[in-house]
Amino acid sequence: MTIALLLIAGLMLGSATAAMAGRNLIHSALLLIASWAGVAAIYLWAGAEFVAFAQVLVYVGAISMVVLFAVLLTRQNQIADQLIAPPTRLRAAAAVTTGSCVAAVLAAAICSSSFAPGAAEPPSTTVRQIGLELMRQDGAALLIVGIILTVALLGATILAATDPKVGPGSSRAGEDVP
Amino acid sequence: MIAAGPDSFLERAPLALRDWAVQLLPVPLQWLAHHVITIVAVLAVFGLFFAFTTIAERKLLARLQNRLGPNRTGLPWIKGLRLFGLSQPFADAVKAITKEDIVPAAADKILHFLAPVIVVGFSLMTFAVLPFGRQYLPVDLDAALLYFFAAGAATELAIFMAGWSSRNKYSLLAAMRALAQLISYELPLILSVVPVVLVTSTLSTKAIVIAQGTWSFGLLPHWFIFTPWGFAGFIIFLIAALAESNRSPFDLPEAESELVAGHLTEYSGFKYALFFMAEYFGLTALSGLGVTLFLGGWQAPCAFLQFIPSYAWFMMKLIGMIVFFIWVRGTLLRLRIDQLTRLSWQFLVPLALLNLGNAAFWVLTAQWAGPLQLVRWIVSAAIIVVPFILMGRSLTAGFAPRTYRYAP
Repeated sequence: MTIALLLIAGLMLGSATAAMAGRNLIHSALLLIASWAGVAAIYLWAGAEFVAFAQVLVYVGAISMVVLFAVLLTRQNQIADQLIAPPTRLRAAAAVTTGSCVAAVLAAAICSSSFAPGAAEPPSTTVRQIGLELMRQDGAALLIVGIILTVALLGATILAATDPKVGPGSSRAGEDVP
Repeated sequence: MIAAGPDSFLERAPLALRDWAVQLLPVPLQWLAHHVITIVAVLAVFGLFFAFTTIAERKLLARLQNRLGPNRTGLPWIKGLRLFGLSQPFADAVKAITKEDIVPAAADKILHFLAPVIVVGFSLMTFAVLPFGRQYLPVDLDAALLYFFAAGAATELAIFMAGWSSRNKYSLLAAMRALAQLISYELPLILSVVPVVLVTSTLSTKAIVIAQGTWSFGLLPHWFIFTPWGFAGFIIFLIAALAESNRSPFDLPEAESELVAGHLTEYSGFKYALFFMAEYFGLTALSGLGVTLFLGGWQAPCAFLQFIPSYAWFMMKLIGMIVFFIWVRGTLLRLRIDQLTRLSWQFLVPLALLNLGNAAFWVLTAQWAGPLQLVRWIVSAAIIVVPFILMGRSLTAGFAPRTYRYAP
C-alpha cells in the first residue's frame, strides 16, 4: 500500500515539477491537471471516494477548462503555443524567496501542531454520514459558502462583460478603424 | 414459460456461467478472474452494441432521407449472401485499422496520440456504475452518480487536447467550441439529475432503480418519468445528453460545412475510429444513465412481464433511447453557436433549477393522500409548465412566427 502511495505522490510531484519547468504554457496546464488528478488518486488510496470523485469533477472537469480558456483567450501572439520568456536572475530570486517563505510558514505550522495518536479503530465514515452532517449540523455554513461562491461567480461575469464597445447599440464600433 | 420472478434460470444464467468459469481456476486467481470476466463481458457486449449502433444509425438515417443505406456487405467467403449489409461495421473496422495513420509534421506528437486513448478510456469507465440488470452492476458505489460525471469530465479535456495538438485552425476552433458547449450543457445535465437524487435521497444507481420498482394495480409503473418533475427532468436530460455527446442538432464542434471535421480534421485511420467509438460509448452510457434514472432501469413496465430477464428490459430501453437519438439526428437542423449557448443558459438552466424546487415540493408533500394527491399533481405540473410557456414566449418574442416573403 505504501508503494502505491509513493508511486502516486511521485507522479503528482513529478508532473507538478514538469509543469513549472516547462516552457510551453499548454503543456504546463495539462501537467497541472495531471497533478490534480494525482491528488484525487491519493484520496482514492485513502478510501475517501466521495472527495476523490468531487476532486476529479471540480478540478479535472471544471477548473481545468477555466485554466485552458484563460491560456487560449489571453494570448497575444497568433502562434498556437506561447513560449514563456527565458528566466532572469530577478525572477528566479523572487520565485525562490516566495517559495521559501511559503515553505517556512507551512513547516512552522506543521511543526508547531501536535498530532494526537490515532484511534485504534479507523472511523468508518460513509458518504451518507458526510451528507447528513453537512446538511444538518453545518447547513448554515454550507449555505453561506454557496452564496459567497455565487456572488463571486456573478462578480466574475460582470468583470468579464464590462466592455463599453460591445452592445446592441454600438455594433458598428469597429467601422471607424480601417 | 420459464419460472417467473427474480430467480428464474434466464436471470441467473450469465452469473452462473461466470461463477462456473471462476471456480475452474486456483483460489488465489479467482478474484482477478471474477473482475476480468466482468470487464471483458462489458467490453464485448458494448463493443458489439457500438458496431450495430453504427449500422443502425446509417440504415435509419438513410431511410429517413429516402435512401437505402449500406446493403451490400455480406460474408467474405460466401458469394451472393448479403445479409442486408449487417456486417458493414466489421468491414469498417478492417478499413480503419489498415488505413495509414497520418500525424501532421507540426503536430504535438504526444498529445495527438494521447487524446484518442484518453477519450475512449474515460468513456468506457462510465459503464462501471450502470446497473444492467437485477444482479448485473459491475461496481456498486455509494457515490455512483458522482463517479459517472467525474469519469465523463475527462473527455472534454481529451477533445481539447485533440484540437490543440493538431496545429490546425479548424481543429483549434472546434476544440474551443466543444469546450464552450460541454461547459454550457454540463450544468443542465447535472441539474436535471439532482431531483432524482433529492427524491430517492441516494447517489447509488442500484438504489435509484429499486426505488422505481413498484406498480399501481400491477400495470402502471412508478418510474420517475411518470411524475411531473421526472418528465421535465427527463426532457432536460435528453437535450443536455444530446449536446454532451456532440450529436446533431448540437454537432457544432464537427460542423462539416464550417470546420471540415472539427477536432477530428487531422486524425485518420484507427485514431479517428477511436474518437468515433468514444462518441458512441458516451452516447450509450448517457442513454443508460437516462434509462436508470428516469425509465426505471431494468424494471419491467408491468408486474406480469417480470418473467423477461431484467437485462433484456434494460437493453430494450437502451435501444429505444438510441433509436430516438438517431431519429432526432435525422430530423432536426444544426443550431448556431450563439443559439446553442443561449438555449442552455437562458432556458434549460432556469427550468432545471425550477424543476429542482418542484422535486423538493414533491418530497415535502409525500404524505398527501386522497383528493390532495390530485392537488399535488396539478401544482407540481404547474410549477414546470407555466414557466416553460412564459419563458418560451418571452425568449422567442420577435422571432416567431416566421414569415416567408418570397415563398407562398
